[in-house]
Amino acid sequence: MTLLKAEELYGGYGGGDILNGVSLRVDAGEVVVIVGPNGAGKSTAMKALFGLVNVRSGRVTFRDEEITRLSPDRIVGRGVCYVPQEANVFPSLTVLENLEMGAFIRRDDYSAQIERVFELFPPLKEKRSQAAGTLSGGQRQMVAIGRALMLDPKVLLLDEPTAGLSPKFIDLIFERIQEINATGVSILMVEQNARHALSLADRGYVLVLGANRYEDTGPNLLANREVAEMFLGG
Amino acid sequence: MIDFLQIVIYGIVLGSIIALGAIGVSLIFGILRFAHFAHGDLMTLGAYFALAGVAGMSLPMFAAFGLALGATALVAVGIDRALYSRLQQVSPIILLISSVGVALMLRSLIQMIWGPDNEIYQSGISMPWTFAGLRIQPTQVMIVGGAAGLMLLLHLFLQHTRFGKAMRAMSDNPDLARLSGINTQRVVILTWIIAGVLAAAAGIFLGMDTRLHPIMGWKLLLPVFAAAIFGGIGKPYGAVAGALVIGLAQEMSTLILPAAYKPAVAFALMVIILVWRPTGIFGGKVL
Ligand SMILES: Nc1ncnc2c1ncn2[C@@H]1O[C@H](COP(=O)(O)OP(=O)(O)OP(=O)(O)O)[C@@H](O)[C@H]1O
Ligand SMILES: [Mg+2]
Repeated sequence: MTLLKAEELYGGYGGGDILNGVSLRVDAGEVVVIVGPNGAGKSTAMKALFGLVNVRSGRVTFRDEEITRLSPDRIVGRGVCYVPQEANVFPSLTVLENLEMGAFIRRDDYSAQIERVFELFPPLKEKRSQAAGTLSGGQRQMVAIGRALMLDPKVLLLDEPTAGLSPKFIDLIFERIQEINATGVSILMVEQNARHALSLADRGYVLVLGANRYEDTGPNLLANREVAEMFLGG
Repeated sequence: MIDFLQIVIYGIVLGSIIALGAIGVSLIFGILRFAHFAHGDLMTLGAYFALAGVAGMSLPMFAAFGLALGATALVAVGIDRALYSRLQQVSPIILLISSVGVALMLRSLIQMIWGPDNEIYQSGISMPWTFAGLRIQPTQVMIVGGAAGLMLLLHLFLQHTRFGKAMRAMSDNPDLARLSGINTQRVVILTWIIAGVLAAAAGIFLGMDTRLHPIMGWKLLLPVFAAAIFGGIGKPYGAVAGALVIGLAQEMSTLILPAAYKPAVAFALMVIILVWRPTGIFGGKVL
């Protein structure tokens, strides 16, 4: 079953188009990875799914209902949560408060969900009362992902979750993403660690100049010589 | 020594009044990213609303003050809805300039309604209490106590309520706040309510400490901004610390300078901070 779908999106930030007909799809239970060169519009495509970009034409649907121009608080309400590439925590808020903000629209008792996030990322439990801005890059990324998990989303959008992390943390974050996926959360992520990410992916897209260049299963993209030479560094 | 302590008391009283204004300026900057130049005149409006309650409707003092806080908050939200919220997409500079216009309009309106003369809440002289040679007015105790009480309430709100935390979150990162599903428009309105209440309290306390006059708040705007910048703009706790520093510095300057130079002291401190540490003592945002 297809959960989230973008069809031929064109648009950008008010100037020229950054997206030139990109189409994406995330089915239930999948891990989908987007790779591509810097400035290809990967982040912009993610933002477009979340209603943060002026989409001039094309449409975004979630479970066949159009969400193209919905505000973010409506979109999170449907179960799509997003971790941006940069500035993805509230630095002066504590770890716990960051998680609470992720649950802002929930009016029920979400303490079980907080415990689940702490189980996934044990360091956060110790540092729950510490300001997120004082944490290491890896721990900040845990806070960012934890915040986005607070609504128990159906689809989690991750924009370069391992960027700037040490190899130890890269492996850990990828592991956790797989665990999250195993609990039934579909994942769409942009990744610079392309080989690693594609090796975990059910499907992948190669994005160039705001449009799909290649689209295939993870293993097939890894095996594709052209893709490997041009986008995966040989 | 007694003289010095007496001046410290004046400084704390002035600092408390400045703090109530500076917190508002700081919160507004944190949430809306613009310097609200009408804040001084919002204080004046609050002071005159209280006067209308006390003198016009002959309400008891506390009822009139409460009413004035509410009415000022309402005006602040009204101005935001009618003007600032519509200009928000344009640019922070336009917002700043429009707030100068609002300042002028408020001041003219106050002068039209209440006239240009000095006014007081209560005639008659209250006897100061004396402790070991220090003179303390009952109104001074009320001002410092009232300001401290309001600040404590704000602190509890910011630290322990859902919307208080959302307000800090939005001040940290407005985009992420939106992404998290926080209703940012609600937060904006709440910010104006809080800023309006605190501005009115500052105006009323200033009126109690001295007299009411249509430019009373405008004259306090400079120290208020100096305090907000000193504490790191966007940081309400820094604003309180900044306000005490500015209040004390202004009063202590009278030991060596003529009293007319008090605003110059605030201005000098503001310039020094802007040059030396533009993010303020507590690392806020750059204006
Ligand atoms: N907020 C913005 N306003 C205007 N232009 C932007 C904005 N963000 C990105 N762009 C432009 O859009 C284009 C695509 O940027 P985008 O961030 O989507 O690329 P990306 O594929 O995510 O790159 P990276 O791998 O560096 O993260 C770039 O040319 C960039 O300069
Ligand atoms: Mg990017």
